[in-house]
Amino acid sequence: MDLNYSPEELAFRDEVRAWLNANLPDDLRRKVAEYQELTREDLLGWHRILAKKGWVAPSWPKEWGGTGWNVVQRYIFEEECGYAGTPPLIPFGLSMCAPVLLKFGAEAQKKRFLPRIYNGDDFWCQGYSEPGSGSDLASLKTKAVRQGDHYVVNGQKIWTTLAHYADWIFCLVRSDSGTAKRQEGISFLLIDMKTPGITVRPLVLLDGGHEVNEVFFDDVKVPLENLVFEEGKGWTVAKYLLGHERMNTGRIGASKRELTKLKEFAARQTSNGRPLIDDVRFRDKLSRVEIELTALEITNLRFLDQMRRTGQPPGADVSMLKIKGTEIQQALSELMMQAVGPLAQPFKPSNGGDGFDFFTAALAPRYCNMRKTTIYAGSNEIQRNIISKMTLGL
Amino acid sequence: MHFDYNEEQQLLADSIRRFIAKDYDFDKRKKIVASPEGASDDVWRTFAEMGLLGIPFAPEYGGFGGGAIDLMSAMEAIGEGLVVEPFVATIGLAAQLVARGGSDAQKRAVLPAVIEGRLKMAFAHTEAGARYDLAHAATTAKKAGKVWVLDGEKRVVLGAPLADKLVVSARTSGGTSEPRGISLFLVDRKAAGLNLRPYVTLDEMRAADVTLKGVEVGADALLGTEGQAWPLIEEVVDFATALLCAEAVGAMKHANDATLEYLKTRKQFGVPIGTFQALQHRMVDMVIAAEQARSMACLACAKVDGEKDARERARMVSASKVKIADACRQVSQESIQLHGGMGMTEELKVSHTFRRLTMIAQLFGDAEHHLARFAALDRS
Repeated sequence: MDLNYSPEELAFRDEVRAWLNANLPDDLRRKVAEYQELTREDLLGWHRILAKKGWVAPSWPKEWGGTGWNVVQRYIFEEECGYAGTPPLIPFGLSMCAPVLLKFGAEAQKKRFLPRIYNGDDFWCQGYSEPGSGSDLASLKTKAVRQGDHYVVNGQKIWTTLAHYADWIFCLVRSDSGTAKRQEGISFLLIDMKTPGITVRPLVLLDGGHEVNEVFFDDVKVPLENLVFEEGKGWTVAKYLLGHERMNTGRIGASKRELTKLKEFAARQTSNGRPLIDDVRFRDKLSRVEIELTALEITNLRFLDQMRRTGQPPGADVSMLKIKGTEIQQALSELMMQAVGPLAQPFKPSNGGDGFDFFTAALAPRYCNMRKTTIYAGSNEIQRNIISKMTLGL
Repeated sequence: MHFDYNEEQQLLADSIRRFIAKDYDFDKRKKIVASPEGASDDVWRTFAEMGLLGIPFAPEYGGFGGGAIDLMSAMEAIGEGLVVEPFVATIGLAAQLVARGGSDAQKRAVLPAVIEGRLKMAFAHTEAGARYDLAHAATTAKKAGKVWVLDGEKRVVLGAPLADKLVVSARTSGGTSEPRGISLFLVDRKAAGLNLRPYVTLDEMRAADVTLKGVEVGADALLGTEGQAWPLIEEVVDFATALLCAEAVGAMKHANDATLEYLKTRKQFGVPIGTFQALQHRMVDMVIAAEQARSMACLACAKVDGEKDARERARMVSASKVKIADACRQVSQESIQLHGGMGMTEELKVSHTFRRLTMIAQLFGDAEHHLARFAALDRS
């Protein structure tokens, strides 16, 4: 047993760290550090910098641009990005649509979409959830009816992250409503967001930000060639994607950065004339988060080592990382907000913003925003169901 | 970076697991606990024959030159089997003080006998009012010609009734809670003036309060440099804490395995109670707590073995003990709750595991103690 990275792994980490330090543009670094909203150009800009370096899609096969890194290197890379504070790589194209195309797509579909995903030419979003189908995804109702050389899609998706930036959406739709099982009769379609009949309506979240949307489909014509895999086999595709979750779901690098920031920040705040970080009640909360994060990091490394040794996918272990990782992200954002005390209250300026402290004002909305983490990507309760069923056999 | 055990570590753990399954089942353990001594010499001899007692000692004294990581898997088996023999007291604490602080002559006199299972030891340190403060020592040692004279009272000396020799901490200078001025002495358990008030602990082990009234020991009984024992005590208690963390992981494994089995077999309303989501989620949280605890046990063992920076070692051991203490509490409490009324009875092993986990949570410092130590040692 050896908890330290090998010299080769350390050298790799240092290489990644040095490159990120040299190539992450200052304005993006600052925007991430100050919790500012990232524009479509911010996100794609960073995507393209990585694409140029050849690091944007490490897990893809080499012939499509993958790096050939092993699982540990991939993990190190992703955590270093989090630690450096890069904009996120939006997963919908790179780590959701692309793996599906690589596994189930026709050759023409791969050739048409993969290079554009790699280069950041298209911005993708994901059309899974519907108003009545959240955790119970198989109950989805959006309909696709085959007419000649195309499907006609009618229905509604919800919680569609960054649909307002997107060029394309991949959707689960019901192509046959007469099946015995709900999981049958679902198909996986790629839809051009410019197609007539698509309406995107913003859903402003409780932090005042615009990330998610409702997407309405009103007689939207989708060419048959945009069907991935077989008609009615969309559930197989969706299940494959669920098993394709990435090992950085704990977001340890980003949380480490937040923890360092919180410590520096709490040392500068005063409470009863002393640095807040020396306040026992505050310090205990902070220490517990730090210890949780340490435990999560080692657990993540243990799972990774197991994956590397057995060659098996991580399975329900990822659920554990998701539960603990999101709890830590929430706790950190809450402590940041609590650290500023009454100054957490100012939200936005009403007179143009002269002298307004935008960084401090971002802390409470950030806390609000992070409530999403235990809900999205399979709520933490669903994750517990998964562990209960897959690991414990209950 | 890798987490697998090497072949020797795996073989040792396997042989201990087999031994516990065959010769240390719940019924046999019950008999040992109920015996007058409260521990089995046969078991101790078997541990010696397996080589378990020699793992963390240097080869020149008959040991294997290993560390906490080499013992991890064995400690898990000890935890799972709720072994009551004084392994941590002898191998993790008292003999470690000799191995790390003693002269060559002292090591020759003690370690081979310990490794061969002929000598058990205990560390008499904690005193009334000390709580978890390792720098607290009111017991005094005064030089009188060629001898040292020890006076004082020690509390909850683990394994003392079974020990042949004690390592006793005593103040040779300084105030009661000063790190400087503490010295260690090797004392025969049968020495004149040394008296034991023995008892059974909640977790069914043997311990005693020890009074020392004018106990005389020779100059050669002083372990290490006079007045300089505190860093050694910290180091060794950290080592024992790391072992205890691994033991806790084993005990939690039993609690979780037993509870999961119960959820699958116990029926109410015509179905196994494990079909109820309220119970499933609690069980999942127990499993997550145990996984996190296992990670932290790895960290603690790795740090006591390999970390050169004493401050970083201490900080990470404290981090581990916080997580272990929290997990002990959660897993033990939930295991009883999910077993319902049956969990409250002495008849199930899980209730004994509850008792052990409850005591481990506080042994060598509870979560709050280690949280404070963790924060105090932060350099950033």
